[in-house]
Amino acid sequence: MSETTSGRAPTADVGEWPAVRAGRKIANLGYRIACWIALALVVGPALWLVGGVLANAVPHWQWSVITTNTAGETGGLKQAILGTLLITLGVLIIGGTISILTGLYLAEFATGRLRTVLRSGYEVLSGIPSVVLGLVGYLVLVSVTGLDWKYGLLPAVLVLSVIIIPYITKATETSLLQVPAAYREGAEALGIPPTWALRKIVFKAAVPGIVTGLLIATAISVGETAPLLYTAGWSDFTPTLQLTGQPIAFLTYPVFAFYNLPDAGAKILSYDAGLLLLVFVLLFIIAGRVIVVRSRRHAE
Amino acid sequence: MAVPALRRGGGAGSRPRRPGGTTSSLGRWLRGGGPIRAVGLAGAVVPGLVLIGLLVELIIKAIPAIGYSGLHFLTSSTWNFGSQYGTPVTTNGLVHAPGEEFGALPQILGTLATSAIALIIAVPVSLGAALLIAELPRRLAGIVGGFLELLAGVPSVLIGLWGALTLGPIVAAHVSPLIADTLGRVPGLTGFFGQSTGNGQGLFTSGLVLAVMVIPIIASTSRDLIRGVPVLTQEGAVALGMSDLECVRKVTLPWIASGILGAVVLGLGRALGETIAVAMVCGVALSSLPTNLYGAMITIAANIIQNLETAITDPLDISAFAELALALMVITLLTNVVATLLVRRVSGTALPVGRGL
Repeated sequence: MSETTSGRAPTADVGEWPAVRAGRKIANLGYRIACWIALALVVGPALWLVGGVLANAVPHWQWSVITTNTAGETGGLKQAILGTLLITLGVLIIGGTISILTGLYLAEFATGRLRTVLRSGYEVLSGIPSVVLGLVGYLVLVSVTGLDWKYGLLPAVLVLSVIIIPYITKATETSLLQVPAAYREGAEALGIPPTWALRKIVFKAAVPGIVTGLLIATAISVGETAPLLYTAGWSDFTPTLQLTGQPIAFLTYPVFAFYNLPDAGAKILSYDAGLLLLVFVLLFIIAGRVIVVRSRRHAE
Repeated sequence: MAVPALRRGGGAGSRPRRPGGTTSSLGRWLRGGGPIRAVGLAGAVVPGLVLIGLLVELIIKAIPAIGYSGLHFLTSSTWNFGSQYGTPVTTNGLVHAPGEEFGALPQILGTLATSAIALIIAVPVSLGAALLIAELPRRLAGIVGGFLELLAGVPSVLIGLWGALTLGPIVAAHVSPLIADTLGRVPGLTGFFGQSTGNGQGLFTSGLVLAVMVIPIIASTSRDLIRGVPVLTQEGAVALGMSDLECVRKVTLPWIASGILGAVVLGLGRALGETIAVAMVCGVALSSLPTNLYGAMITIAANIIQNLETAITDPLDISAFAELALALMVITLLTNVVATLLVRRVSGTALPVGRGL
């Protein structure tokens, strides 16, 4: 490959450009083609994956899937949808509160070493595989040798809360730190008490970022499987608000547990659950984009 | 009235009081943001405490298994849950089912090998795509970005489903034989790339599935990094008569190298810890190393999720799982420390990869 051309001194004959060597042209063409192939390899699997789920789920789709409970390996997914919603709600309440407080404290109050220590706490947490958190959740909360809560809503919510803490905390902290200093200075110049300014001005400006963080947390809660298998369990019955001792169904379970069963109905149910999960993901992506666009418009 | 300054990270209420200001210290504490500060601190210590509790629990639970297996854990390839119906035996004062053996070498190697395959595929693909996306017109780049977001947001169980039912059979029928016919015929590579091509459940498919999960992380980070390269420098390169390839090699890539490295390590951390998708396509071979690229295998995470149920009744089995989790954590935390050190320099937002949007 010729690389030296760029360093060559200009020729005296200005009227005539030096010819571009064929090797450079070919190399560049190869690079272009490789880039397009790479792009195809990125977009292709996404399309293939979505298309595959749609092709397998849509032809067999029946609306009774969302109105009836699972019966063994067939039936509907009503109790799983409700279970996932209930778990997600719990995660947003518990995990969301802790994370927003953490982000707030780190951005507004913590200083020096305390800040470094607290921040590294959640940063390290973000690197721990969710299956490890699920295992510890099982050992501590569910197992007889731990708190013996048995499978249920609360263990699932607590484990997922720990998983999503880093995401919401990061979102909260970053968006608070990005609030223009002029807002704070303006508030101070007007004689507004700091807590008031924090609540009414600074926090308000950070809301889009925090909501995006909550949205990510929701998507994670809906999509996780591994940490839920040994904390939530599985059940064929409509979930109740009972916190412990009663297994609760969730939407990713049938995808994992039913896909390779011999029964054709089980496989269809597996794809149905997949379709519902895809719809959730699409909704989150759209919601995220709407928030970004609206907050940008707001800022202008 | 006293108006304490509210500074980022500064002590609210630290400013000296004006004469004639508030009276009691409680009133000052309340007005200076005391309550929200206290509540915030109470929340902020939770992640750290959870982390410490997690480590303590895992270490305590793992101690019996560490004592039982010793270095065997890292060197042996035999994993046996023991006979749960046999007469319990006692080793070192520990009552457990007979025949238990915990050699995690295949799992540890499986974890590293699948991640390596994933990176070998994902890094060039992501970089190539990112270089192109950064040049595309804004609307088109937005659409492609949407695909990246979709791929990052799809729950891993769906990627596993696709890998097991769609990709796996195609790999077994077409891709693996093709590789075995080409690379497998090169002298010296026959052992690894040749021989039986398997049923689509194994090392190669796991690596492919992981690559699909890692690509959105590396591609979207690289795209943002490439967009951050100063235009003037690139224009300078073009003005010197550089071709696109030369510009990329001499200007763009050197500029973002450390950031790319950070993104790669971030993706590696994700691949090492991925559980459910790998569990669905790995072929579950606990006690043997795959003989070639296509052989059945298992990773630490996949073993935990596939077999914890078998272990639930035996304390020593549970202990072995705690040791596995510890081993996995050591591996991922090491990569994550490197990632944080590298990425902090480039900064950027946290990527909610894989687990969500």
